[in-house]
Amino acid sequence: MATHAVRVKGLTRQFQERRILDDLDLTIAPGEFTALLGRSGSGKSTLLKAIAGLDHDVTGTGDLEVPREVAVAFQDSRLLPWLRVLDNVELGVRPGRGRAALEEVGLKGRERAWPAELSGGEQQRVALARCLVREPRLLLADEPFGALDALTRIKMHDLLRELCAKHRPAVLLVTHDVDEAIELADRVLVLQEGRIGLDLPAHDADRTHLLSALGIGVAA
Amino acid sequence: MTQLLERPAALLPATTPARRRRLGLGRPIPYGRLLGPALVIAAWSIASATGVLDPRILSAPWTIVHTGIELTANGKLPESILTSLQRAALGFFFGATAGTLLALASGLSRVGEALIDGTVQVKRAIPSLGLIPLLILWLGIGEEFKIVVIAVTIATIMYLQTYAALTGIDSRYVELAEAVGLTRAQYVRRVVFPGALPGFFLGLRLAVTASWLSLVVLEQINATSGIGYLMFQAQNYGQTDVIVVGLVVYGLFGFVSDALLRIVERRALAWRRTLSG
Repeated sequence: MATHAVRVKGLTRQFQERRILDDLDLTIAPGEFTALLGRSGSGKSTLLKAIAGLDHDVTGTGDLEVPREVAVAFQDSRLLPWLRVLDNVELGVRPGRGRAALEEVGLKGRERAWPAELSGGEQQRVALARCLVREPRLLLADEPFGALDALTRIKMHDLLRELCAKHRPAVLLVTHDVDEAIELADRVLVLQEGRIGLDLPAHDADRTHLLSALGIGVAA
Repeated sequence: MTQLLERPAALLPATTPARRRRLGLGRPIPYGRLLGPALVIAAWSIASATGVLDPRILSAPWTIVHTGIELTANGKLPESILTSLQRAALGFFFGATAGTLLALASGLSRVGEALIDGTVQVKRAIPSLGLIPLLILWLGIGEEFKIVVIAVTIATIMYLQTYAALTGIDSRYVELAEAVGLTRAQYVRRVVFPGALPGFFLGLRLAVTASWLSLVVLEQINATSGIGYLMFQAQNYGQTDVIVVGLVVYGLFGFVSDALLRIVERRALAWRRTLSG
């Protein structure tokens, strides 16, 4: 068994004069739930896109070792409005496992619905099911709960935790929410000046410390 | 300060909440849209019956109905309708096919785009009806000429709408297709085509309207048959009733074709119905 799910070495990404990622190293173990924090514009999404192989026409260098079974969850559920829920889940994979995946996210019976007929939370569940059917060894999630209301977000946290415990993919969860990072992850990273500036086990991570690393001074 | 707060409270009894005056338009009148046309026809009938309206200016409504029946019975009207419909249908078919194929070639490949798009954009600046003199020199004034003019008009519209729809696919969906590892063929079939369908239908509906417009112009300049010819002749003899029959037929063409397209569109874009409620 591989000792890592992802290995990033010396990753550099540059937009015009600005260096977004600067010689970044990162290794994620199989099944490890990692949360990536960072200020807006710090390059969180740039890193995620680089690992997902979704960055075209960029200037940069570095080595990436990424498993073939990768699933990406976006901030918007990104369902194709003209495909029914089941077809959205099975997009790009051989049909068959979609129903089971929908059942796992609690949407049994909605296979024939159009995405527009679902609530925001339900749409994000479908997006999770779409990740599940790929049986990913690595799940990349770019603020997947950012657009949800607080109550729905709590439910989605539980669902994600449950699914990850069952399927054990390595996870890289990009978020701007310190509490979400501490609650969900095994390990918390903070992106600072183009590198992993802080790398802590979640149970050691201290909210105040993380917030100050994100540049938010908390008055003592 | 406290006085200011107390005054409105004294004006409004606490038990009944104040109902705000409605500023919106309120509920629509049932069948209200028919009211306007009905009034116009009523006024027209009264004016004709009392002799205020000279039949040389505009025939009475009942004369027009009578003329319509007569023209149908003697076969003139059905024959003209058939001729006109055939022109419009053939022109529409060839134009829509050509426009869509060009848009596919241009919208799905950069080479196609380089070859086709600039050319069509130049053509777009020239109104198709402006090509009439040149096309008469090339093709004469027969049926071919008429069909070609309609087809060129339709092709331009269909190209522009379909090309814009094909190339305007939301980049987020492109990213999704890459993330789930679709092949190029799968991407075109499941993302590009369905995503471009609304634009394609918009093109069809604009094109249908344009084909009737071209037809009207063509049939009034140099035709020897068709609805427009019927009306042109009627103009020479001062038969306002025949002219109005022709206008009614044109109106029906436009209305029915648009309604049919809407039905097809509703079926093809079933996923959209949920958006508009």
